[in-house]
Amino acid sequence: MIRNPFLRRIAPQLIILGIVLGLNVLVFPDFFHVEMKNGRLFGNLIDVLNRGAPTALLCVGMTLVIATKGIDLSVGAVMAIAGATAASLVVDGNHWTVAVIGALSVGALCGMWNGFLVAFLRIQPIVATLVLMVAGRGIAQLITEGTILTFLDPGLIHLGAGTVKGVPTPVLIWLTLGLFVAYFVRRTALGMLIEAIGINEASSRLAGINSRVLLVCVYVVSGIGAAIAGIIVAADIQGADANNAGLWLELDAILAVVIGGNSLLGGRFSIVASLLGAMIIQSVNSLILLSGMPPEFNLIIKALLIIAILVIQSPKVAHLLYILRASAPQSHPKQLPPFKESKR
Amino acid sequence: MTDERRPMLQAKGISKFFPGTVALDNVELTLHAGEIHALLGENGAGKSTLIKCLTGVYRRDGGMVVLDGTEVDPTSTHHSQTLGIGTVYQEVNLLPNLTVAENLYLGRQPMRGPFVDRRRMNAHARETLRDYGIRIDPAQPLATYSVAIQQVVAIARAVEMSGKVLILDEPTASLDHDEVQLLFSVIRRLKDRGLAVVFITHFLDQVFDICDCATVLRNGQVVGRLDLATASRNDVISLMLGRQLAAQVRAPKPETAGKPLLQIEGLQKTGMLGSFNLDLHEGEVIGLAGLLGSGRTEAANLIFGAVKADQGKLRLRGKDIQVRNPRDAVAHGFALCPEDRKTDGIVGELSVRDNIVLALQARQGWMRKVPRKKVDAIAEHYVRTLDIRLANLDMPIRLLSGGNQQKALLARWLATDPDFLILDEPTRGIDIGAHAEIIALIGRLQQDGMALLVASSEMEELVAYASRVIVLRDRNQVKELTGDEITSENIIRAIAADPRMEVAE
Repeated sequence: MIRNPFLRRIAPQLIILGIVLGLNVLVFPDFFHVEMKNGRLFGNLIDVLNRGAPTALLCVGMTLVIATKGIDLSVGAVMAIAGATAASLVVDGNHWTVAVIGALSVGALCGMWNGFLVAFLRIQPIVATLVLMVAGRGIAQLITEGTILTFLDPGLIHLGAGTVKGVPTPVLIWLTLGLFVAYFVRRTALGMLIEAIGINEASSRLAGINSRVLLVCVYVVSGIGAAIAGIIVAADIQGADANNAGLWLELDAILAVVIGGNSLLGGRFSIVASLLGAMIIQSVNSLILLSGMPPEFNLIIKALLIIAILVIQSPKVAHLLYILRASAPQSHPKQLPPFKESKR
Repeated sequence: MTDERRPMLQAKGISKFFPGTVALDNVELTLHAGEIHALLGENGAGKSTLIKCLTGVYRRDGGMVVLDGTEVDPTSTHHSQTLGIGTVYQEVNLLPNLTVAENLYLGRQPMRGPFVDRRRMNAHARETLRDYGIRIDPAQPLATYSVAIQQVVAIARAVEMSGKVLILDEPTASLDHDEVQLLFSVIRRLKDRGLAVVFITHFLDQVFDICDCATVLRNGQVVGRLDLATASRNDVISLMLGRQLAAQVRAPKPETAGKPLLQIEGLQKTGMLGSFNLDLHEGEVIGLAGLLGSGRTEAANLIFGAVKADQGKLRLRGKDIQVRNPRDAVAHGFALCPEDRKTDGIVGELSVRDNIVLALQARQGWMRKVPRKKVDAIAEHYVRTLDIRLANLDMPIRLLSGGNQQKALLARWLATDPDFLILDEPTRGIDIGAHAEIIALIGRLQQDGMALLVASSEMEELVAYASRVIVLRDRNQVKELTGDEITSENIIRAIAADPRMEVAE
């Protein structure tokens, strides 16, 4: 078996990603073909990395929030708010850096609000973030004044549609942020303290951990991640759409965290595994697209593939596989019954 | 209460095992009709487990239950109710938004065709409740009435459905004096009707008020049966708290206390602890004695800031300090091993290594991670010196046994090098070997000049290591014992002393 604990942790995600990418090759043999055209990398693989950027950015913060036994339903709406903020700032004639800083601040503020509700008022995270999920799109509409706010600022557009040395900017942004946060929480003690809060907050508080501040922090990280995703999505279409930007993406982000093998009950987490989860979701999207299936099947096929992925990861199936493997040489099918008991 | 009478319920040799522990060991319980029987014991003695075995929440692993002459084996609470055993818990198990009558008849409403016959149901309910001495409008929602009335409704429901044995699990915990009297009058009526009543409570006064006899449990075993007409409070308390360590040698205690460390003045919180004062010196072990609910744990939590006090002054080495939360306390060099290891102590899924370093890391802040090498050194040091038995440091702490978890928690706090260590029930629920080791450790820490405050329900243990013992009763500091005064007899006397008599003195 694999001895490195980090590799062992992300092995299932790597295998699943490999399988899904393999299926992509089956339906579209040129899937891995990447070429340089007009100074930009082109290819289906690059598309997966590029289109998966919003989900990947959201799942970084979402992983931390879920590790504290919480959940952040508001990230989709925060994307819309941040996109609208950035767009309205450049439309008003500000430099694009001002727009980005403004959008990030708004994202952080949204995170602070969620964190305040959860950590200080002790509102259940799912309810606390539902507030902003619903209200957020309204706020975004107020900012855009009900229209799709379009802009032509090249600096801002570059963040969503541009390239750096041929690599699309969104890919660089999510890779940098994701890997930085993943490294940072393990290099410092943040990761362990967050896990401790998620597993047993009472014990953690008695051990002297400042759980409230940490809780606010993870929601702020989630808000900032959502703001970056919102900027990228707005920049990509050169306009802020308050109604559709980031719609349902919070669910994709949660799904990415789950596919990443992180428990919704909090505790041990791996950001890298969640990022792989985000890429798996995007590869499934790509698979459906490339297979040429009629579009009305898309959502159902996606659901089926994801159920398959989750079933493969479920502890019961792992247990079954383990027993099958253990009993294979002796061929004692009667050894299976213990599994029956765990059905309830 | 003659022995010739056939018992209403007789439990013989009841045993119940949980992974790693024996919760009930060959327990006998005999209930007669028209008798109120107290079931006594500290937390974890096995009272609830016994009740759960009788009412079918748990299946017993051994023994038999004879109810009214026939052997029974309840498989669920519903089954035990139909057999005739009804239970009422401390937290009223009814539906507050339904009416009183609906609560009484839920699941067996009088019907007229497909509809509930409300008029008949309300009339029945009014009549039934009148038999219990309360006159209320049964068509009103249950929530409009006080907890005591709700308790009576719960009792009425249990009695109407079962009718042979009634088990009351701390029914008076949230009632005031008058309400308790109301409840007692109801219980006495039931006694006259010939029910066998089991009464569980931590209030000894109430036991002597209403009960005829008592069975005392400790560590899953029956340690005594008493006829309360002849027994004294001292008898009951010494049975409950036990004297397992009677043969142990006293740890050597330094005669002169060290420099003053911490002064606590008037620490109090309404409903938790009356004014608490303590002068603590280096190298002292202060024992906190008292029955369950006397304020032991509350005192520990208030000092550590786990619960915020209403008032009180703390002075550390002559300087006033503020302890608003555990973080402040840790910063001042305090440490607390809580009573409930599982919910307040361990972080179950984290590794033993992370658990040991947690408090030190929390004090250092998240920015300065304790280097891996140092973590390993600390963890290995304590695994060796405290003899923590484990497969490896990476295993989740929840897989360790109770005693080893407790040692790992001690290691967590010793790693912060505290000046003042609070231990709340450090030896509860751990095996004998670990028990002795922890007591020895307390002695060692004291010699090193650490100040300790140990809350414990095991008096003999306190006698063995405490340089002073503070006795708490009814959430008040009632007595301080020093030097040769520290004997279990004196502690029992201080705990048992009747408050009214003391006023007379």
